[in-house]
Amino acid sequence: MSTLLEVDGVSIALGGRPILDEVSFDIGSGEFTGLIGSNGVGKTTLLRIILGLQKPDGGVVRMLGAPLSPRSRLLGYVPQKVLLDPDVPIRARDLVALGLDGHRYGFGRRTAQQRERVEEMLHEVGAEFFADTRVGSLSGGEQQRVLIAHALISEPKLLLLDEPLANLDPKSVQEIVALLHSLARNNGVAILLSAHEMNALLPVMDRIVYVTNGRAASGTTAEVVRSDVLSKLYGHHVDVLTLHGRVLVVAEPGAEVGDIPDHPALTIS
Amino acid sequence: MHLFFEPGLFSSGPVRTAAVVGGLTAVVSAVVGLFTVIRSQSFAGHALADVATTGGSGAFLLGLSPLAGFIGGGVIGAGAMDLIGVQRVRNRDVATGIVLGAASGLSALFLYLSTTSSAATGTIQHILFGGIFEIDPSLVPLVVSLSAATVLVVGIIHRPLLLGSVSSDLALARGIGLRTTGLLFMGALAVAVGLSSIAIGSILSTALLIGPPATALRLTRSVRGAMLTACFLGVGTTWLGIALAYDSADWILSSQGLPVSFFIVTIAFASYVAAGLPVIRRQVGS
Amino acid sequence: MFSGFMVNAWEIGTVVAIVAGVVGFFVVLRGAAFPAHAIPKGAFAGAAGANLIGVNPLVGLGVMSFLAALGISSLGRRGRADAVTALALVMMLALGAAFVSQSTEYEPQIFSLLFGEVLGVSSGQLTTVAILGAVCITAVAVLYKRLMLTSLLPEMAAARGVRPFGIEMAFLVIVAGVTTMTVPVVGALLMFALMIGPPAAARCLTDRPGRALLGSVVIALVTVWAALACAYAMNWPVGFFVGIFGAAWYGVGRTYISWSRHASTRRFRSMRMDGT
Repeated sequence: MSTLLEVDGVSIALGGRPILDEVSFDIGSGEFTGLIGSNGVGKTTLLRIILGLQKPDGGVVRMLGAPLSPRSRLLGYVPQKVLLDPDVPIRARDLVALGLDGHRYGFGRRTAQQRERVEEMLHEVGAEFFADTRVGSLSGGEQQRVLIAHALISEPKLLLLDEPLANLDPKSVQEIVALLHSLARNNGVAILLSAHEMNALLPVMDRIVYVTNGRAASGTTAEVVRSDVLSKLYGHHVDVLTLHGRVLVVAEPGAEVGDIPDHPALTIS
Repeated sequence: MHLFFEPGLFSSGPVRTAAVVGGLTAVVSAVVGLFTVIRSQSFAGHALADVATTGGSGAFLLGLSPLAGFIGGGVIGAGAMDLIGVQRVRNRDVATGIVLGAASGLSALFLYLSTTSSAATGTIQHILFGGIFEIDPSLVPLVVSLSAATVLVVGIIHRPLLLGSVSSDLALARGIGLRTTGLLFMGALAVAVGLSSIAIGSILSTALLIGPPATALRLTRSVRGAMLTACFLGVGTTWLGIALAYDSADWILSSQGLPVSFFIVTIAFASYVAAGLPVIRRQVGS
Repeated sequence: MFSGFMVNAWEIGTVVAIVAGVVGFFVVLRGAAFPAHAIPKGAFAGAAGANLIGVNPLVGLGVMSFLAALGISSLGRRGRADAVTALALVMMLALGAAFVSQSTEYEPQIFSLLFGEVLGVSSGQLTTVAILGAVCITAVAVLYKRLMLTSLLPEMAAARGVRPFGIEMAFLVIVAGVTTMTVPVVGALLMFALMIGPPAAARCLTDRPGRALLGSVVIALVTVWAALACAYAMNWPVGFFVGIFGAAWYGVGRTYISWSRHASTRRFRSMRMDGT
């Protein structure tokens, strides 16, 4: 499996606060990678750096060996959501079509071939039923599907998703994860998806990048989600428990519980 | 001007000029205005109008062409707003308001100076509220070329513009030069405002910029449909306003009649409200 | 400068500045710059109309501002807030233009209504203005908590039984009151510069709401006093100076922000290079 994306020693501080410190990991082609970390830890910042929307203070990001530029069609991006008024006359279909030519200047109607491709894409994500509804009127889950179609239609090699599961109900979470898994398989696309909860992704993740305290550990779930690795990352002892097939990361009593994903303010003594 | 409605109307030179300039202005305003509304930049559009006032009054003070003044003011205002950072939504309204405040202040000064320095009356009236029947016919070719150029520019950038209005992150991730596109659009906006300033006055130009597009958005589903509807509404509103104003000289005992701009604005406003009525909404199925 | 008719101007100007500073703080907080701009334009139509039918323009100002506030808050509920406000604003200006076109001496009239007139304030107006000012400030004080809640956390406000829509309407009515007091001095086009510039600048200079409110009032006072003095000295419109000073204050505020942010990032970077 060839290396698609290399994140090498990336560091950044925002507003005077250090956010990421020498973060490095690789993504191979076709791999499904989860970027896991609690809110505020810098996942969105990291994604934006990869996309080229933000310059890091140190380190470099390479795609297929070469530095990335935003104009490269190799990356697709699905932001968490788009705030759109229901009055804005952009239908789901229009937004997906913009995935093909939204960056092009000039006139020109869309060809029949392009319109067919839009139909196919809408079908693949299961959005045919609301294809003609205005994007601003769609529910969170429906909007996600449309945004995914918009990103995938230009056939990128790597799809980046920023917290797509955050505001969805559990059933929609399962549906979107399954959809992404099959899309990745069918289209040969690698996926990097950020989330603050890893359990929904355990069945489909090939690799995990676990971020906390500005640092990251990457590898397979078996390699990373272990007490010794995570304790080193957190800087204090944490235990990793498996309960009914779900993973829980818990801190010792008395330790700072602040920012551990999958873990309410619960300690087991 | 005191003849019957129909015959007098169509043979009058000033009315013909008014119809041509008004019609072109309406089309440009509809095209640019549609994107203005989609991008929720109505306030910016209105602020540009006030800055255009500054340009127009300054131009008058210096003896320059009012059209140049209006457009020049708009362009400078657009640049200033971009500099202050109109892109970030949170600061946007305040930034726009400040530019507006400074521009209005300057307008006050220029208008004051021009009324005290020259004997010309009705200056304020013309700059602020328009004098479509007093437009110099020699301006028409310029208006035609400016209108064509503006519509062309918007046509060229319309896709990145749309994508940018959905989500700036999506646009940036595709390498769309949002700043360039945004600036080009502001330029088009400045020209649109400038053109409608000579027709219906800088302070009222917003009516043609926002009214027909907002009404069209209530009536149609797609961007293309909204575009056509907006143009149709805009031109219709303008021509009807001209005809009614011409007619109003006969209605009211004072010799002046009501200003054209008043009719145009009222019709635009009434259309918008009418489009929102439940009975219309049910017909359209929205 | 401090005698005769100018005394009225100073007194009214002071009251206006205080009220504009207080209410303007909330205008900026709520992002209500556009309605705050629209209501004075309605006021213009009211004053022009009142003039035409021989009624005291202050009454026309008050009535139309009030109607404008109600109209904008209820129209804004249904349609797109910004398009609606733009259209309503323009409609009222057009009405004003129509009224003015029918009267005989319109130029100076338009001018003083839109840009303010230092000499136009009479001593009788001081009482009305002072009362209106007191009412507006009292209303803000009474609604303070609810205003803050609905401005910052609208959903939480609704959960607590505070209706954001009701507060919005009440707030816009207060703005209408401020408008009625301020337009004769500063003019319809420029009064909102007074309501936005000083508070925006104050917000840039401090994070604490109490201090920002105080700062807003202080800056507004300085602005109005300076504007009156300059208008008297150069015989130029008051509104001009208010607009320019308001913009200048905002520029000061923004410069301060970017300077302080730059300084803290530089501090951080130099720390990192030390190896700490």
